Amino acid sequence: MADSVRFVLNGVERVVEADPATPLLSVLRGTLGLTGSRFGCGAGQCGACNVLLDGRAVASCDTPLWAAAGKSVTTVEGLSMPERPHPLQEAFIVEQAMQCGYCVSGILVSAAALLSRNSDPTEAEVREALDRNLCRCGSHNRMVRAVLRAAKAGQAHASAERGSAA
Amino acid sequence: MSTVPNAPAPTSAQGAVVFPGNLKANPRLAQWLKLSPEGSVTVSPGKVEIGQGILTALAQIAADELDVDLSRVRLVPATTAASPNEGVTSGSLSVQDCGVAVRFVCAEVRALFIAAAAQRLGVAQEALAVEDGTILGPGNARTSYWELADEVSLEREATCAAAPKASSVRRLAGTPVPRLDIPDKVFGTPRFIHDLTLPDMLHGRVLRPDAPRARLLGLDETAARAVSGLVALVRDGNFLGVVAETEEAAEAALAALRAGAQWSEGEALPDENGLAAWLKSQPVETKVVAAREAPSPSAPARTMRRAYTRPFIAHGSIAPSCAIAQWSGDTGVHVWSHCQGVYNLRSDLALVLGLKPERIVVEHVEGAGCYGHNGADDVALDAVLLARAAGGRPVRVQWSRADELARAPFGAAMCVEIEADLDGDGGIVGWRHSIWGNGHVGRPGRNETLTLLAASELEKPFPRFVATNPPLATGGGADRNSVPLYDFPSYAVTSHRLLTMPLRTSALRSLGAFANVFAIESFLDELAAERGEDPLALRLRHLSDPRARAVLEAAAARAGWAAWRPREGAGHGLGFARYKGTGAWCAVVAEVEVAEAVRVRRLAVAVDVGEVVNPDGVMNQIEGGAIQAASWTLKEAVRFDRARVTSDAWESYPILTFSEVPAVEVEIVNWPDERPVGAGEAAHGPTAAAIANAVHHALGVRVRDLPITRERILAAVEAGA
Repeated sequence: MADSVRFVLNGVERVVEADPATPLLSVLRGTLGLTGSRFGCGAGQCGACNVLLDGRAVASCDTPLWAAAGKSVTTVEGLSMPERPHPLQEAFIVEQAMQCGYCVSGILVSAAALLSRNSDPTEAEVREALDRNLCRCGSHNRMVRAVLRAAKAGQAHASAERGSAA
Repeated sequence: MSTVPNAPAPTSAQGAVVFPGNLKANPRLAQWLKLSPEGSVTVSPGKVEIGQGILTALAQIAADELDVDLSRVRLVPATTAASPNEGVTSGSLSVQDCGVAVRFVCAEVRALFIAAAAQRLGVAQEALAVEDGTILGPGNARTSYWELADEVSLEREATCAAAPKASSVRRLAGTPVPRLDIPDKVFGTPRFIHDLTLPDMLHGRVLRPDAPRARLLGLDETAARAVSGLVALVRDGNFLGVVAETEEAAEAALAALRAGAQWSEGEALPDENGLAAWLKSQPVETKVVAAREAPSPSAPARTMRRAYTRPFIAHGSIAPSCAIAQWSGDTGVHVWSHCQGVYNLRSDLALVLGLKPERIVVEHVEGAGCYGHNGADDVALDAVLLARAAGGRPVRVQWSRADELARAPFGAAMCVEIEADLDGDGGIVGWRHSIWGNGHVGRPGRNETLTLLAASELEKPFPRFVATNPPLATGGGADRNSVPLYDFPSYAVTSHRLLTMPLRTSALRSLGAFANVFAIESFLDELAAERGEDPLALRLRHLSDPRARAVLEAAAARAGWAAWRPREGAGHGLGFARYKGTGAWCAVVAEVEVAEAVRVRRLAVAVDVGEVVNPDGVMNQIEGGAIQAASWTLKEAVRFDRARVTSDAWESYPILTFSEVPAVEVEIVNWPDERPVGAGEAAHGPTAAAIANAVHHALGVRVRDLPITRERILAAVEAGA
């Protein structure tokens, strides 16, 4: 049953020998030892396991491994380099945007997908983009503020880069 | 021993030293604190991090009292191998009990080091100051905690002779220090128990029937035994589980086992649409909670009577419960758990296993937020039972989402009836509050009967514990916040605890306070509406406690209560309580719009927690509490038919989503010299009441049965409420 599945994980090409029907989350957490993506429900209903699949946020718990073949997978660990955190990660620290933090990996991933397609979202757009992610501690508003802060920081960064290029 | 002169030592009226917090039960200084020659400070609390930020608050307190930089302070997770026994991390007591203990321990340890330094340097203690652990005296005289660390033994009992610093000279306590655990959580660094991997670790799963307390009638193990990677199949009575080399193999074996298992019917469940009638028809234990007789009773002109209910509510942790257990031979077991009380869990494990508690180590590892007694303790016993078949290898057991939503304990359903005797002017002259419901506490380690789920499933089953209520003096259970805070001339409070428990109940954040405050504060608004009186004015008229009045006025001012402009389908409402009658004061103003469903637009909250150790931590707890309470109030109810719990997935147990979450504004009414009390549960009851009152204000319809859904509103309209 095991098969060889090739995909790019956080920028590095990986080959995994596994049953292609295995949930992508199990491969990430088990075989590859990247535990930042969380198991929450196993049914794609809470968003704790969200990863970027070719830039789109998907629930890795109900995405089979074969669906990642030949694609690019980004987990929370891959959002940043250690020396340069993603603006979302910095903003979540500044806003202290969590209580227990179990849902945060998946929320960062959903927010990253939003910002990559809409660099200047409204508050309502941020909320809508996070509606498939559940938070039980009630840290929603802090997280929304953090995403809006990260969007601003990202724009400032982009305009600074344009400035230095000119 | 000598002391550093500053604030006076705490003494009782008789002049004896009063041991604060949890220091009395755990007086050995070394159990709490260690200073190393390498320059680090290790604090070892018995309380655990459950997302409430307690580790950061404790680090702030320690750094302040010891005069060290925050970066030197390390917090070690609670373990029965070393930590002080601080019972359960619950009831908004961590800062109040543990924080105050740490403060006194650190003050005393600082004094011990100052005394040792004075001796070494040959100068008076009063001439010494501490800067980041360096002890400085006149001229160039200097030493440090780290130099003296091997010299000063902390293997001694606390005397509490050294008083902590005055609030005005604290540097960190009272400031919004960023949480120490947050960086790990945004970078996805392993930190949760779910991420913990031990050498040679195996994976276990437990199979439970859909119907509560069904018996295993037959089992075909063939398919499960054929799963590649299966290590053991464990059966002990109705307890059934698998152990495998990988998580996928464990899941596959579990699925095969499920297909091969035949269960009897379970015990019948009540009618979810007739909860109040069911609660009031069960055998009960009745207790008079509190009563006051008016010195000169006045004859009531009439009596107003109302009944309110809340359903069973699930904890709904985002992480399913998880534990790891490892046996060393047959002699003892090590358990990694996200439970709220390591000693309490150990005590129940010892009872099940027939082992001395010393043979068991329970070590805390962070889990997701639990909001009370969820499946954390149950899964620990599951892991211990499965690990017995693992030949000394550690076994990690993780529950499913369905286990977490349908088989963990629930917050108890309640029916609350209030009767008020009114005089000719509509003034309240008598007040009767009656409660029906299951007990709110079935935590392990507190009773002779143990409470862990698997214990009642074994071949030789332990009797099932029927949840009880702690005494009001320690916060109460079903009766929490049932004693009126208002100045009523007479009142009587009665609680009826069910002696049957078809759905297992235990502690859910705020226990009975959620329903009691919802009922009392709804009732007051019903009364205000009848009298045509402003709900704020009615409350203030019956409240003499200045701190109660202060939060009500602060919330009303923040919300612009007096300047409300009526508009179609919109309303605002108020709710207030002092949590447990002894904790934080909290008032909430809710603004709602009602169209298809109720939308809460805004919650303005004012809270008084006495001394604030971390203002942002308090804000975060209050915001989170208010939003969670809004979710309970608008959407949540455990669903069941007569055979099984049917709300076993997020689709069938919906909670508030990002788009539905209201704006929340929190105002802290600060009293830096007052005793710190917890913030975790203060907002729940007032938020529910404020929303219900706002819905009534918007529609003129009173919903007395939670949750306030569209269906409930239509039913209330039908009933002419």
